[in-house]
Amino acid sequence: MLRYLLKRLLASIPVMAVVALFVFSLLYLSPGDPAAVIAGDIATEADIARIRAQLGLDQSFMVRFGGWTWGLLHGDLGTSIFTGLPVATLIGQRIEPTLALTVCTLIIAVGLAVPLGVLAAARAGGWIDRSVMALSVLGFSVPVFVIAYGLILLFAVELEWLPVQGYRSLKEGLLPFLRHMVLPSVALGIVYMALIARITRATMLDVLAQDYVRTATAKGLAHNTVLTRHALKNAAVPIITIIGIGVAALIGGVVVTETVFAIPGLGRLTVDAILRRDYPIIQGVTLLFSAVYVLVNLVVDLSYSLFDPRIRY
Amino acid sequence: MTELVAPAPATASPTWLRLKDALRRHPTAIAGGIVLLVMLLVALLAPWLGTVDPLALAPVRRLRPLSAEHWFGTDMMGRDVYSRVIYGSRVSLTVGLAVAFVAVGVGLAIGLVTGYLRWLDAVMMRVMDGLMSIPSVLLAIALISLTKASLNNVIIAIAITEIPRVVRLVRSLVLSLREQPYVEAAIASGTGLPAILLRHILPNMVAPLLVQSTYICASAMITEAILSFIGAGTPPNIPSWGNIMAEARSLIQVAGTILLFPGLFLSITVLSVNLLGDGMRDALDPRLARRL
Repeated sequence: MLRYLLKRLLASIPVMAVVALFVFSLLYLSPGDPAAVIAGDIATEADIARIRAQLGLDQSFMVRFGGWTWGLLHGDLGTSIFTGLPVATLIGQRIEPTLALTVCTLIIAVGLAVPLGVLAAARAGGWIDRSVMALSVLGFSVPVFVIAYGLILLFAVELEWLPVQGYRSLKEGLLPFLRHMVLPSVALGIVYMALIARITRATMLDVLAQDYVRTATAKGLAHNTVLTRHALKNAAVPIITIIGIGVAALIGGVVVTETVFAIPGLGRLTVDAILRRDYPIIQGVTLLFSAVYVLVNLVVDLSYSLFDPRIRY
Repeated sequence: MTELVAPAPATASPTWLRLKDALRRHPTAIAGGIVLLVMLLVALLAPWLGTVDPLALAPVRRLRPLSAEHWFGTDMMGRDVYSRVIYGSRVSLTVGLAVAFVAVGVGLAIGLVTGYLRWLDAVMMRVMDGLMSIPSVLLAIALISLTKASLNNVIIAIAITEIPRVVRLVRSLVLSLREQPYVEAAIASGTGLPAILLRHILPNMVAPLLVQSTYICASAMITEAILSFIGAGTPPNIPSWGNIMAEARSLIQVAGTILLFPGLFLSITVLSVNLLGDGMRDALDPRLARRL
């Protein structure tokens, strides 16, 4: 196990190195001169040159990449061009709403999609099955912000049950937090649910066709026991895998969902950074999200042996 | 010595027959195809569908409700929303088709070469893994932020996010196809590498790549809308479904219909492409069809 963990950690190093190289090239290639921006409007050529030398911008690509990576490993994500604050600080300020949104979405999506997928497989061809399949095709086709506005128009503007936009921290009370979280998490969770429900159904269908499931049923075990204890347990690995892979779609959706619902999280930070061409922020967020994605899938890989004792490392 | 060449696909190749048969058995796929065709016609015939100049400003007529004159109402600057939505179909379809074409083309070229050159393979796959571990919307945002917003740049940026998946698919196909006896026979009879790739490997990839390209098309249309929606995509002087919605963002409580119509058109178009893709997948890959 420990050896496998080490091997997998080592294997993710080149992947993250490619990501880092890509993200750095982005800054390197980005138009505009950070030195000129920092120096301000009344700076002379000499001032700009001095600042450039100070920042090390006059050095070669490899030297700068080395320095940048060194800073990165020490938690230095660079400095925002627009605000002049360290990117790590800005990310720290905005991470809570994004974390809250992602966790709520994960709970809703996994909590609904897995049972739906199991039910669909249990009665394959039935009305539940067909509705789940139809909904999953719809889920893949309707973009997250269209779902979001549909939900807002119905539940916030027409029915006035829930707030249109905004975010309340958990510190301001559980109820306001949840009231502001329901619509964004559902909107964000739909694509994810479609993905998980589909894979759950497909895997369950495969498992239900196995001999030992027939044996369990023949033994006289209750249908539900067979379904959850025998079948679902053995279908866990592909389901967990798709939950990990789907995190990428979730991250992309976060950027949009936060824009629609005016949630002051990392997505909003990214969108503001794009509009202001604040490259260090775009870089920092891209790097952070990619690292999270790689890490999630690493954890998913390692969790296989928990669900399937046959898998040993 | 005569060269051993697989028979060229005739007009009634098994692929085509299976495709036709399956489409008959999948009414949803046919429906998807028809809707898509209608959308293509709408995009082509936009100027003749009762539209006015989608960019024409008329501040006097701002935020009109739905009426006979303005079917979908007018927006904040008095522009006719119906005309903007109809013209917007051009952007989505262009981006969807162009991205599918570019991504499959480039991915195919890279995949074919790396599938055969071991040393390049290791390097290329690490690069592809790295690109794939950046969530695709963020990757597209990062690429777009480097350049000026234009339709071409949007297409290139989205295509780059899709290429790694195509390369992976092509590579896995090459690796399994090149072990086939008929490829060995071709090698034994002295067929050169380019001829093997083009004549023996490529024709067997048409089906899976066709299916893949419909999914790429659908996801590219969604990504374009997302980019335009957050202000990093199609420039504002070209009406696209994403940026019509972006401009109406603040109007959600006053004029929700401006958001509703482009969203509806986008969803229906993506849905039709997905249904067509599902039908093709069922037709061309019976093994997968049973499962999903």
